Amino acid sequence: MTRRQLIAIAVLLLVACVLPQVVSDYRVFQFNLVLVYAIALLGLNMLTGYNGQISLGHGAFYAIGAYCAAILMDKYGVPYWATLPVAAAVCLVAGFLFGLPALRLEGLYLALATFALGVSLPSLLKYHHLEKWTGGVQGIVINKPEPPFGLPLSADHWLYYFTLAVAVLMFLLAWNMLRGRIGRALVAIRDQHIAAEAMGVNTAMVKSLAFGVSAMYTGIAGALGAIAIQYVAPDSFNIFLSLVFLIGIVIGGLASISGAIYGALFIQFVPNIADEISKAAPWAIFGVFLLGFVYLMPMGIAGAVRMGLARLQRKAQNK
Amino acid sequence: MEAFLHQVLAGLATGSIYASLALSLVMIYQATHLVNFAQGEMAMFATYFAWSLINAGMPYWPAFFLTVIFAFVLGVVIERTIIRPVENAPVLAVVVVFIALLVILNSVTGWIFSYTIKTFPSPFPEEPIFGRFVTSHQGGAIVITMVVLALLFLFFRFTPLGLAMRAAAQNPESARLVGIRVGWMLALGWGLAAAIGAVAGMMVAPIVYLDPNMMGGILLYAFAAALVGGIDNPAGAVFGGFLVGVLENVLGAFVIGNELKLAVALVLIVGVLVVKPSGFFGKVFVTRV
Repeated sequence: MTRRQLIAIAVLLLVACVLPQVVSDYRVFQFNLVLVYAIALLGLNMLTGYNGQISLGHGAFYAIGAYCAAILMDKYGVPYWATLPVAAAVCLVAGFLFGLPALRLEGLYLALATFALGVSLPSLLKYHHLEKWTGGVQGIVINKPEPPFGLPLSADHWLYYFTLAVAVLMFLLAWNMLRGRIGRALVAIRDQHIAAEAMGVNTAMVKSLAFGVSAMYTGIAGALGAIAIQYVAPDSFNIFLSLVFLIGIVIGGLASISGAIYGALFIQFVPNIADEISKAAPWAIFGVFLLGFVYLMPMGIAGAVRMGLARLQRKAQNK
Repeated sequence: MEAFLHQVLAGLATGSIYASLALSLVMIYQATHLVNFAQGEMAMFATYFAWSLINAGMPYWPAFFLTVIFAFVLGVVIERTIIRPVENAPVLAVVVVFIALLVILNSVTGWIFSYTIKTFPSPFPEEPIFGRFVTSHQGGAIVITMVVLALLFLFFRFTPLGLAMRAAAQNPESARLVGIRVGWMLALGWGLAAAIGAVAGMMVAPIVYLDPNMMGGILLYAFAAALVGGIDNPAGAVFGGFLVGVLENVLGAFVIGNELKLAVALVLIVGVLVVKPSGFFGKVFVTRV
């Protein structure tokens, strides 16, 4: 990591810490969701960006994580922080299991299978034999956690800092994983899977594990999201949730860690602005941006930032 | 037994709609090896077009044919403007473009026509005309699908344009060498697929009602149908459509309940892809490494 990157990260963290003090409670809640989405996008980006396995159904893992947290808190009285490891473990296993048949599918076919998962998920959540746990169509309402140790913080602020800490941890883990041997194996499989195999990469294992870890990230995000929103219901996990994740990583930047943050900011705040035009406007804008990015800037915002910085550097050197 | 027969026939009726949509998926797949995730939304958009024509006072059948023409033009325009630039792009880029198309069509429809659910008329009379087991709309949908199929078969088998389109799909390089404009043949294929999709949309709208999200589940069944039949085989897609329709109805009514109907599609899609990716009638591809 270069000195400049370190400084940038320190500034970013500082801004993230100070942010709640300067904006309204509602904005704090929104930034909380940005962190949640950033974790989810990071998970999807590992799978789709780095490993090249297209998933149009990651909303399913987000939903599993959310329901894990909600059911544990509501039915078993588990404290909110303890639901995260459970959600992570459940999603890791679920993702790994879905990743096994996905091994036989490539490109378009995997997209199709995951699309089917995303579309059919709400009806699975409504299934009446599961109603005892899932609460059926009504879903589950959960309580907002109070700050511990009598800290002088509002519930929103506390949750924001809690999510921030989890997000920092998850990004650190992802950074460590992706820059090393595993990250190179992921990219090698994406670009030349036969060559990767010849080099001794266990393609099947790495691909299923990538699916599992990616699902784990998204599941943790789902649990954090459920705690923040205090409500889970089947219809909030429809196919458009999965699509919004895909939109987030494409616009943020494929195969880039910082892209997850840009993407999360985009999917959280653009609809807010667009909502003022019409209820349908956010999606129309998402679609148009998506087309624009695919045609003009396939590397997403992260790629554009990288290019811009490189250009500035060249200019500085030429002087 | 009577209830069972009733469900099977109802399944054949919805199956005919899945078959049409599956057929349009297969047409695009054959020509470009792409699976169009926006096929359902294109059909939905065309159905809204039909709805506004009928609402403006146009009789059903003129509106029907005008909509088919509109959908054809829409398909050609989309291929020429949006799909063309990513023709040879990596799969991810293409999938993203399809998704973009899906959300744009969905939201623009919601924007223009609002998200409130609308009723859509059926061209067939109220009283049953095909015997007591099927409603006349169900029977009519089957007949219309059969007519569309027959027309398509005649078009591809007996017209020079149909031959050119098949040539362009099978072997683009050679087709280009004998003077076929392959790019335009692809666009025509998209137009035809969109037109067939529009027919499916207008047939399904009286059953599921008109709303911007009406095609989500139907597209899934159509995917399942196309995969079961073999994604590169049109006749297989039609067979798959009927099979999926019957399976969905019978399983939904007697075995797993209506809530899990969509899961049937999910299991079929994943199952076929994993166990037998070429479906019942598809070509088996062997890749050399």
